[in-house]
Amino acid sequence: MTAVLRAQALGRRYGRRWALRECTLDIPAGHVVGLVGPNGAGKTTLLKLAGGQLTPTAGDITVLGGRPAGGPAQLAKVGFVAQDTPVYAGLSVAEHLRLGEQLNPRWDAATARERIARLGLDPAQRAGRLSGGQRAQLALTLGLAKRPELLILDEPVSSLDPLARREFLQHLMEATAERRFSVVLSSHLVHDLERVCDFLVVLVDSRVRVTGEVDDLLATHHRLTGPRRDPDRLPAGQHVISARHTDRQSTYVIRTDDPIHDPAWTVSRLSLEDLVLAYMDQRTAERRVALEVQR
Amino acid sequence: MIWLTWRQFRGSAATMAALLVLLAAALALTGPGLAADYSAGIAACVQDNTCDRFYDHFFGGHDTSFMALSLVVLLLPALAGLFWGAPLITRELEAGTHLLVWNQSITRARWLAVKLGLMGLTAMALAGLCGLMVTWWADPLDRSAAENLALMAPLVFGARGIAPMGYAAFAFVLGVSVGMLVRRTLPAMVLTLAAFAAIQLAMPLLVRPHLMPPITATFELSKTSVDSISIPRDGGANPRISLRPAVPGQAGAWVLANDLLDPSGRMIPDRGEGAVVATSTTSGPCAPTAGSGDGCVAEINRLGYRQQATYQPLERFWPFQWIETGIYALLTLGLTWLSFWWIRGRLS
Repeated sequence: MTAVLRAQALGRRYGRRWALRECTLDIPAGHVVGLVGPNGAGKTTLLKLAGGQLTPTAGDITVLGGRPAGGPAQLAKVGFVAQDTPVYAGLSVAEHLRLGEQLNPRWDAATARERIARLGLDPAQRAGRLSGGQRAQLALTLGLAKRPELLILDEPVSSLDPLARREFLQHLMEATAERRFSVVLSSHLVHDLERVCDFLVVLVDSRVRVTGEVDDLLATHHRLTGPRRDPDRLPAGQHVISARHTDRQSTYVIRTDDPIHDPAWTVSRLSLEDLVLAYMDQRTAERRVALEVQR
Repeated sequence: MIWLTWRQFRGSAATMAALLVLLAAALALTGPGLAADYSAGIAACVQDNTCDRFYDHFFGGHDTSFMALSLVVLLLPALAGLFWGAPLITRELEAGTHLLVWNQSITRARWLAVKLGLMGLTAMALAGLCGLMVTWWADPLDRSAAENLALMAPLVFGARGIAPMGYAAFAFVLGVSVGMLVRRTLPAMVLTLAAFAAIQLAMPLLVRPHLMPPITATFELSKTSVDSISIPRDGGANPRISLRPAVPGQAGAWVLANDLLDPSGRMIPDRGEGAVVATSTTSGPCAPTAGSGDGCVAEINRLGYRQQATYQPLERFWPFQWIETGIYALLTLGLTWLSFWWIRGRLS
């Protein structure tokens, strides 16, 4: 399968600050990809680079084999629902659909109208009067009816209440089930993505920490609990993601492809949320070490 | 894209068009009457040679509407830049809707091309129509205006003919470009206004006088070319002459320089209170007792003093209009190129 998104040492700088650096990624087609990371990790920057809204400062990126926003054909292949799902406040719902129809050659007018009807939106209503959830649904409708090969959603549910959140993601899932296309969506909450994603990218401090299919990640990451032990006494195939120690006990999150035989450890499976938190924790652990060294 | 542009633009375009229709109706109703008054007045005054008085009276009766209309034509391009140009990009950036529209299946360059084309042409059409309508209406007044409000005068020139069209195109694209650089609506509007005002001032002060080499000529002094003579009452000192800012036989010319030359052809400095003429004021035609100043002017002329004027004649009105519109068209093209370059790579 071809890659939907391939980045090679990709970087983007704002002034002197790197919002994203040395990002090397290869996302295969046909997945619903969750891009997770804390606020300010560079998620929006990566997605905007993929959508062609930004140009890279370093490295390069190809999306569906082409340069992002390289021309009308490339734009037609990629749908983009921006953060806070902006719509034109002065235009009605119907006029938004007309906008989509006029600006997209592959526009699916029937689906768009049918979706709006199913959502119970009044086509004559101005988009500025819609609730946050309705606005997000309208933006999603625009993205879906474009019939893209890749749909990018930047924090689509972060400003929605739990009910609207669930509804939005449910609609997204139904759409991906009906027609095969790839989705990349970002969130700072793993919880939002847990049910919908089958591929995960964790971005922390403007760097990619881990990528992979969710099932693989869950199968290769384990939590070990047991008597206190230094990390350098772990077997060679076990990579420490995070470590916690009390006086007597050590808790490790490790990544390994090999089975764990050491009877001293209590091995437990990780939830996706634990796994992501372990990678985010890695950052704070590094900082702690750095602080101790400075002292 | 044309539909979207029109949908977002139709409100303000319709408002402007409606105001313009009102203005057109008012001008169409009063214009023929004004022209009739003028020709009747001229027919009457030619017989008893009192046309100067008629001009003053006729112009004085309509000077408020004359100034107001000229102001409208001068301001219209600035409004296009302020309210159509500057917010074009900044409003999208502030609402985040650029992320919506630039992710449909059209390139940003195409989006900008349609926006610039449709809105820019509308701004040009409205400003051009307004300018030509006012030019037609004010024609009798322009013929009877005093020198400093004649057709070639800096304030009036820009409110007549086709130049407003060039100004509108330029102001609109200037607003768009400033908006791209500044990215916020209010600062962009302020900056657009400041930049446009500066350019509109620099044009008549620095550029327009040199669009064609001005004509310099010397003239004999006569009653009509002298504004005032001051003759000291106590005698002894020399008389001072102030010239009228007009060129004899060149009504409506734009006078750039106007000096008195002494008999040897040197320019006499004039520091606001008139040029000093070396002739006796104790006796002869320039003495305070000699009655009206006419004899004194004749005497000064006989001594060899001459008026030297540098000017752009009225016949150059249309050539100047075309040249100036061309300059603004070039500036507009330059800024358009800049904004396309900017929206392709820099803006996001």
